Amino acid sequence: MDKVTRLASEKGVVLFSKSSCCMCYAVKILFQELGVTPMVHELDQDPEGWEMEKALMRLGCNGPVPAIFIGGKLVGSTNEVMSLHLSRGLMPMLKPYQTLC
Amino acid sequence: MDFPSTQFVPSRAMGTYEPIHQIGMWGENFKSISNPNISASVIVDVANKLENESETTSHEMLVPSSKHDQEASKPFDKIQRRLAQNREAARKSRLRKKAYVQQLENSRLKLIQLEQELERSRQQGLYVGGGLEAGHLGISGAVNSGIAAFEMGYERWMEEQNKQICELRSALNAQISEIELRILVESGMSHYFELFRMKSSVAKADVFYVMSGKWKTSAERFFAWIGGFRPSELLKVLVPQIDPLTDQQILDVCNLKQSCQQAEDALSQGMEKLRETVSATLASGQMGQGTYVPQVAMAMEKLEALVCFVNQADHLRQETLQQMSYILTTRQAARGLLALGEYIHRLQALSNLWANHPREPA
Repeated sequence: MDKVTRLASEKGVVLFSKSSCCMCYAVKILFQELGVTPMVHELDQDPEGWEMEKALMRLGCNGPVPAIFIGGKLVGSTNEVMSLHLSRGLMPMLKPYQTLC
Repeated sequence: MDFPSTQFVPSRAMGTYEPIHQIGMWGENFKSISNPNISASVIVDVANKLENESETTSHEMLVPSSKHDQEASKPFDKIQRRLAQNREAARKSRLRKKAYVQQLENSRLKLIQLEQELERSRQQGLYVGGGLEAGHLGISGAVNSGIAAFEMGYERWMEEQNKQICELRSALNAQISEIELRILVESGMSHYFELFRMKSSVAKADVFYVMSGKWKTSAERFFAWIGGFRPSELLKVLVPQIDPLTDQQILDVCNLKQSCQQAEDALSQGMEKLRETVSATLASGQMGQGTYVPQVAMAMEKLEALVCFVNQADHLRQETLQQMSYILTTRQAARGLLALGEYIHRLQALSNLWANHPREPA
């Protein structure tokens, strides 16, 4: 739980993912399109990956990946991100963290 | 004797049974072959050849005896020559029989080998001809019933949909209250959400079924994106039908369309990644040995992600409809739903027309 919370607060937009997960890839693409570069943690490449998975599931992420944190707070998985985006609630949350290209 | 091998009798030798009898005796060798049809064709070929030979031989044998009666003073060596020829013919016949039996033995062994391979493949669930049904009746039973339930449900769904479209049409032409119209709009929305729930259920049973769009008409399938309509395309079709819009509404719809396009793009790229991953997994390792169970099993695991994509696409559709209902007034939403229903009807009519229009002969 600690590692996940700690990592989630380290950057504005944090994505917990797995390198083999194609839905995680889709979420990465979406953030890219929105001009945001999230801090990505690949759980399958982390020695404590299994603990982090359990921690995310305890927080309510059924995937458990992809899991998105903005401003240190859990937004949710793909469903929540998509709903937020279509209701135009995602962009305001991401605005402070958009990378200016 | 009601000889089962009468089917072997070639058409030009109806009266000649001796060769068939001989084959019948040799037949003891191949009774153990499980597929009698293969042995039948082998027998017919050889039977033809042997029969012709025997006919000629017996014919030859007949001729000298008549000659023998007529000319009692025939030299002794001619008789000897004739006997030698007969011995030669008999020897050749024995050799042919030996070769024939050898051929049958080889075919039998080959057949047993093939049957064993087939059984092995069936057990591994890899028999292409039978699909899953061959080895896993229990699972395929559930899949088939899931699909059957969906197809029945969809038929009912379409009937209800058509009823609702008619109600919307007459409601918009009549002067019904805002509240009544709102109820119709809510029913229409719920009806679509119900379809998404049904699709989610059948996707668990067979995601390829949902991806194929088999329950839809051909023109509908032509426009399909991950198992259904593309939300941004839908907006393009509907918005002109619900004019006039306020400036704020135009802005909101524009933003919604952009968000849809971005989300669709992300999912499309995710799908492409999934295809690449499954393909790479399937093609991994050495090919040419005929063994591939590990690769197929690994690819199966990767393919599970397809269910997530199908669900996410439907979620996008649902959210799009939901957001539109927030942006629009009740009357506009009603017109939107009516337009959507009629658009689907037109697609179905197009499919029908296409299926029935006269084509040039091939």
